[in-house]
Amino acid sequence: MKKKNEMSKLDKKISIKLFLYVLPGLIIVFLFNYFSIWGWLFAFFQYKPGKSVFECEFVGWKNFATLFGNKVMRNNLFRVLKNTFGIHMLGYIFTPLPMFFAIFLNEIKNVKFKKVVQTLTTLPHFIGWVVVYSLATTLFSPNGLVNNLGIQWGLLDAPVNFLASDKHVWITQVLWQQWKGLGWSAIIYFAAIAGIDQELYEAAMVDGAGKLRRIWYITIPHLIPTYFTLLIMSIGNFLNTGYDQFLTFGNALNKDYIEVLDLYVYNLGIGGGQISYSVAVGIMKSFVAFILFAFANFISKKVRGTSVF
Amino acid sequence: MKKTNTPKIKQHHFKISPGEKAINVISYIVFIIITILCAYPFYYLFICTISDNLLVEYGKITFYPIGFQLENYKDVFKINNLLNATFISVARVISAVAITVSVTSYMAYFFTKTQMWGRKFWYRYCVITMYFSAGLIPQYLTNRMLGLNNTFWIYIIPGCLAVYNMVLVKTSIEAMPPSLEESAYLDGAGFFTRFIRIVLPLQKPILATISLFSAVGHWNDFMTTKIYVTNTKLYPLQFLLHEMLQQVQAAMGQMEFEDPTAKITPTGARMTLTAIVVIPIMCVYPFIQKYYVKGIMIGAVKG
Repeated sequence: MKKKNEMSKLDKKISIKLFLYVLPGLIIVFLFNYFSIWGWLFAFFQYKPGKSVFECEFVGWKNFATLFGNKVMRNNLFRVLKNTFGIHMLGYIFTPLPMFFAIFLNEIKNVKFKKVVQTLTTLPHFIGWVVVYSLATTLFSPNGLVNNLGIQWGLLDAPVNFLASDKHVWITQVLWQQWKGLGWSAIIYFAAIAGIDQELYEAAMVDGAGKLRRIWYITIPHLIPTYFTLLIMSIGNFLNTGYDQFLTFGNALNKDYIEVLDLYVYNLGIGGGQISYSVAVGIMKSFVAFILFAFANFISKKVRGTSVF
Repeated sequence: MKKTNTPKIKQHHFKISPGEKAINVISYIVFIIITILCAYPFYYLFICTISDNLLVEYGKITFYPIGFQLENYKDVFKINNLLNATFISVARVISAVAITVSVTSYMAYFFTKTQMWGRKFWYRYCVITMYFSAGLIPQYLTNRMLGLNNTFWIYIIPGCLAVYNMVLVKTSIEAMPPSLEESAYLDGAGFFTRFIRIVLPLQKPILATISLFSAVGHWNDFMTTKIYVTNTKLYPLQFLLHEMLQQVQAAMGQMEFEDPTAKITPTGARMTLTAIVVIPIMCVYPFIQKYYVKGIMIGAVKG
């Protein structure tokens, strides 16, 4: 205690100094994240181009009321929510895939083969959605590879424009996500597998456990915590689907099924100039996102003993 | 040596049952299919760019290039604005990586200092922005107010502190033995000297990782341009590609060439531009693989 008092003045000085060092960074974070909340005012004032908030008419909750009261608006909102949920829920079905990818690739003894598979399957992660869409066009357009082979092999009668179709939009989008992310998402499980005590496997082998049994009783139980951690963290980001994928893959034909909440906010605000409505939708999104985040954090604390962040 | 060891190994070598053999074969086959699915689109795109453009248009290319030519890679640069876009893309990636990596690692280092006033609070204050944002339009309005819209800086400044990368670097620095910094401290080195002379050189793997992450992020980004930029002189390659793809949808848009003698077709131009965008990534990421594997491991453990 005595020492603490002697040191406290110096400590305090250092502690403030350290804070001042990071202050510029904190200001940047404030400016580009927290400060932007002032823009929420536009949900309550009817936006007019080129005018400041206070020159605009105050409308209170009217924009929110219209979002739910106006039939077209309401239907749009429910449609994009349905799309967001639908695509996400379908995506959850595939979440164990990277784990099994890692488990079975890890069982393969040929190191070179492993390396090649790993390198080539992570490649799609590093390219942007524009490039993915360009590749998709190359493969699936009416004169693309899939149509040509389909016709050559007698599987198709006439070229099909797969990308301009309103059928199976959710599942194709999820499959593209899987194509892009599978190899990358598996990396984390490779790391987790590398951390498993090898003696467990040796002991199991001595007991005569075959490969599948070793996977079932040793590997999978060790990977489940990682799996759930990632699952919990993804709840916090449930509504943050981003725009890139759906904007690039979206067209007039599949619009009704591909427009997710983020894209709707973009289309409404930047595309359609309906700033006030767009902000209102954005605010609701932020609140729901915050609740989901708090929920994920709560679950994480209960299950893992540590918070998400 | 070898001879004496053989019986020991045999002791541990259990018979492989037919079932296991089947699993082995099946997993080889599955992995080959997955790998082909991942890699073939890239290969196919590439062979299309070096094949005869008309044969590509008629869908005659399947497994290997026909009518070999490299003209596309020359002609594509005759598209209006493409050279300028290349310059913008490269300039953006270089400056953004330099700035982001410096700012991010600087912040990460100081966040490892437990003596900092309100450290936990300020750290969370940063991390929560990964999950929660004011929304697209408010951000747009803020950037407009700051005069960033339609300038080159919109690409660099708003994202100059990459929070996720900061978490990675901070965790990595925390894993360093504290004695390294302590001995420098005893020699009278201040925070900045220790940061630059001791911490940064030891953190090269994680710095390489976040450099790759941010370089790829900036190289691939087209949304920033779409939202904030109308000046065509500031368009990066990805945005040109995006526009080209939108035009393909709208029935073969009119492509403007600075030189009308170019023989490239719209499809050829799109594919070649895609290849140009992909090739740099393909050249870089395998070399940093061993680093980022470690990087995301750290990120996952800590979140």
